[in-house]
Amino acid sequence: MCGIIGFIDRTKSRMDGSSIKAALSLMNERGSGDGAGYAAYGIYPEYADYYALHVFFDNLGEPKKKVDELLQQLGEIVHQEEIPTTPQLGIKKVHIPWRYFFKPSEDLMSGKAASEKDVVTYIVMEVNANVKGATIFSSGKNMGVFKASGWPEDVANFYRIEDYKGYIWLGHNRYPTNSPGWWGGAHPFNLLNWSVVHNGEITSYGTNQRYVEGYGYKCTALTDTEVVAYLFDLLGRQHELSYETVVKALAPPFWDDIDRMSAKEAELNKAVRLTYGSALMNGPFAIVVGTENGIVGFTDRIKLRPLVVGENGNRLYISSEEAAIRVLDPKVKNVYTPRAGEPIIGRFIE
Amino acid sequence: MTLGSVPPKFKVSIDRDQCMDCGRCIENCSYGVYRREGDKILIESRKCTGCLRCVAMCPRDAITLTEKPVDYRSHPLWTREVREDIIKQACSGKIILSGMGNARDLPVVYDHLLLDACQVTNPSIDPLREPMELRTYIGKKPSKLKFRKTESGEVELETKLAPNLKLNTPIMIGHMSFGAISLNSQLSMAKAVTELGTYMGTGEGGLHEALYPYQDHMIVQVASGRFGVNIDYLERGAAIEIKIGQGAKPGIGGHLPGEKVSEEVSKARMIPIGSDAISPAPHHDIYSIEDLVQLIRSLKEATEWKKPVFVKIAAVHNVAPIAAGIARSSADAVVIDGFRGGTGAAPKVFRDNVGIPIEVAIASVDQKLREQGVRNEISIIASGGIRTSADLAKSIALGADAVNIGTAALVALGCRVCGNCYRNLCPWGIATQRPDLVSRLDPEIGAVQVSNLIKGWTDELSELMGAAGINSIESLRGNRDRLRGYMLDEKMLEILDVLPAGA
Repeated sequence: MCGIIGFIDRTKSRMDGSSIKAALSLMNERGSGDGAGYAAYGIYPEYADYYALHVFFDNLGEPKKKVDELLQQLGEIVHQEEIPTTPQLGIKKVHIPWRYFFKPSEDLMSGKAASEKDVVTYIVMEVNANVKGATIFSSGKNMGVFKASGWPEDVANFYRIEDYKGYIWLGHNRYPTNSPGWWGGAHPFNLLNWSVVHNGEITSYGTNQRYVEGYGYKCTALTDTEVVAYLFDLLGRQHELSYETVVKALAPPFWDDIDRMSAKEAELNKAVRLTYGSALMNGPFAIVVGTENGIVGFTDRIKLRPLVVGENGNRLYISSEEAAIRVLDPKVKNVYTPRAGEPIIGRFIE
Repeated sequence: MTLGSVPPKFKVSIDRDQCMDCGRCIENCSYGVYRREGDKILIESRKCTGCLRCVAMCPRDAITLTEKPVDYRSHPLWTREVREDIIKQACSGKIILSGMGNARDLPVVYDHLLLDACQVTNPSIDPLREPMELRTYIGKKPSKLKFRKTESGEVELETKLAPNLKLNTPIMIGHMSFGAISLNSQLSMAKAVTELGTYMGTGEGGLHEALYPYQDHMIVQVASGRFGVNIDYLERGAAIEIKIGQGAKPGIGGHLPGEKVSEEVSKARMIPIGSDAISPAPHHDIYSIEDLVQLIRSLKEATEWKKPVFVKIAAVHNVAPIAAGIARSSADAVVIDGFRGGTGAAPKVFRDNVGIPIEVAIASVDQKLREQGVRNEISIIASGGIRTSADLAKSIALGADAVNIGTAALVALGCRVCGNCYRNLCPWGIATQRPDLVSRLDPEIGAVQVSNLIKGWTDELSELMGAAGINSIESLRGNRDRLRGYMLDEKMLEILDVLPAGA
């Protein structure tokens, strides 16, 4: 099950989190109270040039000391604080959510030519795989993920989600089936500015995991969704593919359809399938990905999970249910269901 | 001879009440078990190999075969086999020859791996009602794609794809040469793979004219003896395979006993009639990896870079780094042949003792290629003891792109795995060149049998994938998450990178 929501205002006009909370809570039948989360873009304008690292600490002793050391070694911590929370009856605070605003220094990566993003990726992989008691669950610029075990409204109230204003919002209501309901396992999953909410189960996870791990990503969240964030980072950032091509790699057309295409188009699609066969995601899924430039929604190749799209002016909504979209925007126009594998892309207007 | 004779392997008996005295057993047994004296069919059990030709052809089910009617005093160490081998060598002073694959009773890793299926949280996919994609491309693939914008603003692919073989099902038939097997066997298989849209190997025996109509589905082989190799041969194949080694006999070259070198075989192979064709252990132009690189490039140059070149190696202890070295050459696929791989003739000591199981070889090669970032550079074709569609599915889940079958295809043609392939007496017309025996195998019928087998496996693979919620073979490949080990030790699980059942 699981319920998902994606929202973008193409003009970057910001919206607070209260209506996302309401829309996500409407889909509580799709969840089990074991996990919920939000991603919001545009929330840290005062620190827009720094990477906002959101971390779950088991305690502020040894784990934090290790993360502090690593960050100071590889860059500069511009500001850090505990993420403000309000106790909720429905949430047991098993971790301390913390945030750093961080500037990596590129020349500090020993002997390796790397971009800022490579440094941040390295830090995320290193901490999540090797620092006990610390999990970096958000690492983008001017954005942040807020997630925990609990119902969507409790998680929202816990993080005071209505205090944040964003031009992209993702929301996820979780019914865990293939991994434990722990805070790190809640969605959205994030790496850099890629955030993923996902309804479904990726039957190709083992293949996808082996593929991304060959490129240095480490799957540590014990759940299939995190691999989607890494696939987007690998294909979208490192291989510089367009969002359309990334979706084509992850949910490609069937060979029978490719055989019917024009020679040129068939060649292109064949090349994508041959090259990125290990990135193909199988099994039922509906996914919305938040990115630097907008949002991307798509489903598996035979559409075994629902996905509905709504538009109103500069606003684009993607959700598991039309009802949730109508809570977000009662005046929504042009509501439709995309075809299997069809990318729904909302980009900012320049 | 002070040693006398060893106990017969089989006891053959005829139920005389059932027998209608038709004499088909006499006709069919090429090993000379049966003969007629007066009005009676006499039996010489000692000659029996257990090929079951007589049993299959007896219209009255009158023949019974008992294995080991007289056995040695049982002993856990000094087994019957060990004692007989010693006796044989005490008599001959020679290397013991054997056929088929490893005959030792060692645990089969495939049998300790279990596949997964969907329940509730994700739907299984019904291949009768939904698309199921088994199409497989074998060859080099780019590790990333580059696009460019044309002047009109259109997006265009900049990366050029290397030639790949397109398989409709990830099952090919491995290299069994004309010589080792009969022309009718090769024809049967060639017709089957052509119909199914897959491929078979020629083996190191050249390409007989009769196979030219199927050449687009045949992979020609360049082995250390270079038998049958010329430019015409190379140009006819859909791909070229350099055979470095073979699972049944790693470290040594091919053996074709002179008995099997008939006139036709001698022509295809370009060797004298009746001469033993013993290929050198190494290729005498490959003494190191850089020499292999040169040979691959030479073959590609000769065929204008139009054909994929495969390199076949036996699964030996160091198979992973060797495969990684091959991946760094211009080779398009590495064929890994496990220690259970079959053969027409191999020294028994090699067949039964040298090499490692294909399952672990796939796992370690796939892992190594990924660690080194070269997995896309090369396809992995696994072979050596693949008996069922489940072995096939497990091979792919461990990381293979496709498999080669050998013995299974021969069994579909009638082979009963008696292991006497090197004697040129195969009563099924498979591993023989004797015209009267070869004529027993009708290529039209043989083709149907082989193609039925591959179709059956293909359907079973589709069902297994569908049950696992997977509708494309790419998503099974290397998907070890969908495998569990059952009664495997911890280290083995670690090497296979598979969780134990229940985890």
